[in-house]
Amino acid sequence: MRQGVSGAVYGDGEEVMAKQRLMGLNGDEAVAYATKQVNPDVVAAYPITPQTIIVERFSEYVADGEVETEFVAVESEHSALSCSVGASAAGARAFTATAANGLALMWEILYIASSLRLPIVMAIANRALSGPINIHNDHSDSMGARDSGWIQIYCENAQEVYDASITAWRVAEHMKIQTPVMVCLDGFTLSHTMENVMTLPDEEIQKFIGERGFLTVEGHMGEGELRLNPEMPLTMGPLDLQDFYFEHKMHQVEALKDSLEYIKDVDEEWAKLSGRKYEYVEPYLMEDAEMALIGMGSMMGTIRHMVDELRSEGVKAGMIKLRLFRPLPVEAIKKAVGDVPVLGVIEKAISFGAPASPLMEELMTSYYHDKEKPMMANYVVGLGGRDVSPDIIKQAYTSLEKIKETGKVERLSTYLGVRGE
Amino acid sequence: MTERLTLKQAAKIPDTLMSGHRLCAGCAHPIVGRMIMKAAADRPTIVTNATGCLEVATTIFPFTSWKVPWLHTAFENAAANASGIEAAFKAMKRKGKGPLAKYDRINVIAYAGDGGTYDIGFQALSGALERGHDFTYVLMDNEAYMNTGIQRSGGTPLAAATTTSPAGRVIPGKTERKKPIDEIVVAHDIPYVATMNPAWPQDVLDKSRKAFDTVGPKFLHAFIACCRGWRYDMADTIGISKLATQSCVFPLFEVERIDRKPVWKLTGQSASIARRPESKKPVEEYLRTQGRFRHLFRPKENKELLTAIQEGVDHRWEMLLKRCGL
Repeated sequence: MRQGVSGAVYGDGEEVMAKQRLMGLNGDEAVAYATKQVNPDVVAAYPITPQTIIVERFSEYVADGEVETEFVAVESEHSALSCSVGASAAGARAFTATAANGLALMWEILYIASSLRLPIVMAIANRALSGPINIHNDHSDSMGARDSGWIQIYCENAQEVYDASITAWRVAEHMKIQTPVMVCLDGFTLSHTMENVMTLPDEEIQKFIGERGFLTVEGHMGEGELRLNPEMPLTMGPLDLQDFYFEHKMHQVEALKDSLEYIKDVDEEWAKLSGRKYEYVEPYLMEDAEMALIGMGSMMGTIRHMVDELRSEGVKAGMIKLRLFRPLPVEAIKKAVGDVPVLGVIEKAISFGAPASPLMEELMTSYYHDKEKPMMANYVVGLGGRDVSPDIIKQAYTSLEKIKETGKVERLSTYLGVRGE
Repeated sequence: MTERLTLKQAAKIPDTLMSGHRLCAGCAHPIVGRMIMKAAADRPTIVTNATGCLEVATTIFPFTSWKVPWLHTAFENAAANASGIEAAFKAMKRKGKGPLAKYDRINVIAYAGDGGTYDIGFQALSGALERGHDFTYVLMDNEAYMNTGIQRSGGTPLAAATTTSPAGRVIPGKTERKKPIDEIVVAHDIPYVATMNPAWPQDVLDKSRKAFDTVGPKFLHAFIACCRGWRYDMADTIGISKLATQSCVFPLFEVERIDRKPVWKLTGQSASIARRPESKKPVEEYLRTQGRFRHLFRPKENKELLTAIQEGVDHRWEMLLKRCGL
């Protein structure tokens, strides 16, 4: 199993690894275990497949007295996030988890949580959105929330899920960021698949997480921390009209933009503690690559395998795993892409009626003014949990090879592994 | 036992819902809201407010009328926000963390209108009541979506003309009756439910005090006359509110859970009507004061509908008397 970009330990290997415990955890359990170690003040959640194990395991920790968390078994996802918002506004560390339709039901509150600058952490067990109803993995749920002002981290394996479920708190609560974070793990492929996960002791996690910091704001009764405090009353979430709304949105624009500067500090600190170093963008065999796929989530493991196979056949294939989608680390992506002539953007999401899927559109936008840029093609795969097999990946590389040979992108978006295509 | 807060004493308690807000002249919201906040003043208080008249008119950024910590997020989730605030308080207290940890108890108050309670916020309310959070939910019932321009809600009474239940040539206003929200809330087996009317301010103080001193979920249902939406002169708010209780359209009562049973009790004016039934005023007297019922009298009297309204009020009053063991 590959852990982090280097695949090797960071710093003093033996010392770093000695205090870690190897556990067999599926992705959901990795979230629950990490969250147990974080010991948040409030967890409010509603069950939805494939997120359920997170809530179940966490309930057990509560029932066994292993956490001091107030667990609120709410009556809907809308209330799960609303309750988290209330708790976080009152100064608590608040966590929730959901998937698919649950995330869709939270929609309204996603924007409110981020505009209130509440550092809530939410795990998303990525699942196809209804309809038709389907419980299996794709990215249509969290991709749909890409404009909601949340930071989004996509994980490749259970180890990344565990690590991100801890670092997400530091990112969300970073004084320059103060923005909620989604940790995205592919439903079933990760949520229900047991893997080896290296975990740190509770006290190390507690030390790493520290105490939540609060922004200082100028309220109507003086300067105070951005929280509901009877000693320094603030009015949070007032009506905000033509004269101020735009400026408040700009604060979010700035926070997300600036967060690119600071998320890496958290990753660096985590690397020192855990030995696992994560980058926003993780290239694989890109130095001499003549074609590459860029994408997110668990399928990147399969793609890495296919790159190895193609390389053994003499094909100069490479790949780029994107771990951070919001904010989109454009510079890091361009650096990883380098001068590869053909880039395939592989996605588990559709934007109906749009020229291409979200990541493809954003990359094309990012490259538009550049003189040197790769030819790009979009491959949509795996909707509703359709297996993204090595053969599907090979089809994408074959298509890229053809583009390279002909110098022409005949189709901007291709749907792979679907009848009638 | 709750210590009584007299009107005289309340007058000396500094307001935490301040003047200068943009609620309409004649609106009952601030009348009731101020008294509830005075009753809450002996304990640290956090307010969460559903989208609606009270929220919109008291907080236009960068101004606010609230001298207590206050949170608004959306329309349908005041009870869920309150759940989170209360859960945070419990957790922080347990951990001895942050500025809330030092308090023995805090008042968590959720204000919502009839739309935010009978309709869109109903699920969140039911969930929060079932979970037993220690908070007070205040329904500010002006009987329609007034903030968006007088659209009918589940709290709009039979025959009332609203912009989505207009009195037309064929349909005479709203064709459905008001949802019996108090009974529904009582069925959640919570420790305290009460109705209140700004025309009886001491009763508002008494019931608010009782609610705040009770641990668990409490529900206060306030009658909020709306001169713009009900079409009457702004000077008549208290008079019309009085008539609502005198005619038994909006009876005053409280329901306390004693020995695991809901014990219903009429209070104030309604208790006195029960003692002297001849003092009960005809509903027509109440209806005639408001433009939203004008079509019942002009161009000609709609006897059939007036009878149906009176029968409906009588029927609900009889049911209430029975519940109160009278």
